[in-house]
Amino acid sequence: MKKPLSTIGGRLGRIGVLLIPAFWMSLFFVLPFFILVKISISEVRVGVPPYTEIFEWVGGLAFHIKGSLANYSFLISDTLYLDAYLNSIKIAALSTLICLLIGYPMALGISRTVGRTRNFLLVLVILPFWTSFLIRVYAWIGLLKNEGLINAVLQWAGIIDQPLELLHTPFAVYLGITYSYLPFMVLPLYATLERMDHALLEAAADLGARPARAFLSITLPQSFPGIVAGSMLVFIPAIGEFVIPDLLGGPSTLMIGKVLWNEFFLNRDWPLASAVAVVMLVLLIAPLVWWQRHQQIMEEKQG
Amino acid sequence: MTKTRFGFVFSAMAFGYAFLYLPILSLVAYSFNESKLVTVWGGFSTKWYGEMFQNETLIHAALQSLKVAALSASVSLILGTLASVAIVRFGPFFGRSILQGVLAAPLVMPEVLLGITMLMLFVAMDQVIGWPDARGLLTISIAHITFSVAYVFVVVQSRLRAFDRSLEEAALDLGARPLQVFVQITLPLIAPALVSGWLLAFTLSLDDLVIASFTSGPGSTTLPMVVFSSVRLGVNPQINALATILLLLVVASVWIANRLIRTTRN
Repeated sequence: MKKPLSTIGGRLGRIGVLLIPAFWMSLFFVLPFFILVKISISEVRVGVPPYTEIFEWVGGLAFHIKGSLANYSFLISDTLYLDAYLNSIKIAALSTLICLLIGYPMALGISRTVGRTRNFLLVLVILPFWTSFLIRVYAWIGLLKNEGLINAVLQWAGIIDQPLELLHTPFAVYLGITYSYLPFMVLPLYATLERMDHALLEAAADLGARPARAFLSITLPQSFPGIVAGSMLVFIPAIGEFVIPDLLGGPSTLMIGKVLWNEFFLNRDWPLASAVAVVMLVLLIAPLVWWQRHQQIMEEKQG
Repeated sequence: MTKTRFGFVFSAMAFGYAFLYLPILSLVAYSFNESKLVTVWGGFSTKWYGEMFQNETLIHAALQSLKVAALSASVSLILGTLASVAIVRFGPFFGRSILQGVLAAPLVMPEVLLGITMLMLFVAMDQVIGWPDARGLLTISIAHITFSVAYVFVVVQSRLRAFDRSLEEAALDLGARPLQVFVQITLPLIAPALVSGWLLAFTLSLDDLVIASFTSGPGSTTLPMVVFSSVRLGVNPQINALATILLLLVVASVWIANRLIRTTRN
């Protein structure tokens, strides 16, 4: 009799193990996106909550839906929003590329070291991630501003007479994003480079391939999964970045995360802010779905 | 040929590490500068540390943040571990790949999206079931738990996949119940992943500005919110002092963790 009892207990236990996190994520992560869509087709009003109800009950189970797409047509009609979306994509894409250019040689270098040196170099890449992101962005204010360290050094060296305008420029935003997200690029790259089969490189060298050619035809293709993973980890969060354009960017550096923030906190227009968020989400879904497919295929390949 | 290439990789690494660390080190240096100006060295001083510890708004916010971080790290550790067990151990079941996607999605979601959706949920819930009637530390914690679960899940599931299951099977063969096996064998084996998952969730919560700004209410201000409103006005030496203390704590914990790993290995 003991065995069936324990299997019943085991089955109940298994269901619990599965349902508790599944319930939490459905309630607090999936459901909110439906509410977001609902609020995005309502209208702004003064009161609590600051939007109109779109379902109107007409007795029993029947109800009218009074939603409108006015917020979305406003997003299209005002070029501010389109400019902000395009600018965010441009800034995120270019910063991802810069991260790749700086991060690849770093990851390659780390993967060629061994033992304690390798551990030490890896810890140095991870360490900034454990310190405050906000404070690391703030550090650049002291470096970039007109009376900041970089201008002081350049003036002292006699390279410039007048301080350069560095803070509150697009340049500062690119710098900030590259700086903050660099570890996210280096770590996945390192993970693929470390697993790489070195016998292939040796064979290429034996057959007379120059290092540059061996790199292009062996190392680079093999590290492709790392390039994709690193780029996703940089590009997607960077699209919606708020802190960096707010602290380092100027009024001309439009990014959609900042537009959403202002729409919400300054204009208090929740429905419009929701519409901005829905469009941002739609833009992100395509690369995300592609990435998940890609990962599943890679997992299957590895067995 | 190989030598020049290594030279290139070496200089690229040196540049990368300098890029990562010079800004942080500049904060440490400024925190001991008597002068408030970043271009003037007014002599070595610890007065900004004194002022920082006298700053009641900052200290109060820090305590609030620690509470939120401890609570959300602990709950997300439990949820993330349960989810990892379900995904790694239960074999195929209906909705498995959807659940996997949902669990990992917060890793790459922009924070503004997570923040605004969480707030909309809390407002809608208040309309429908009358809870939560006010936003504060609890709503911030719920939001932090939701995105931290993703980090715990990623860390714990990779550990679960990697380790040798023969010990578990032996215990089952000897008549131990599944729960007993999990508590006495599986948990100790995945303990390092649990510790790093908890620490990761704790750090992320302590550092979050955007999601907390959306989900907080009047009277519940976290440390990043205080830091943000202060640095928006420009350079503040007290924040430099705070940064230095934070960095010191992180370096110390990494050093201790390394020592622990080495002693357990020996």
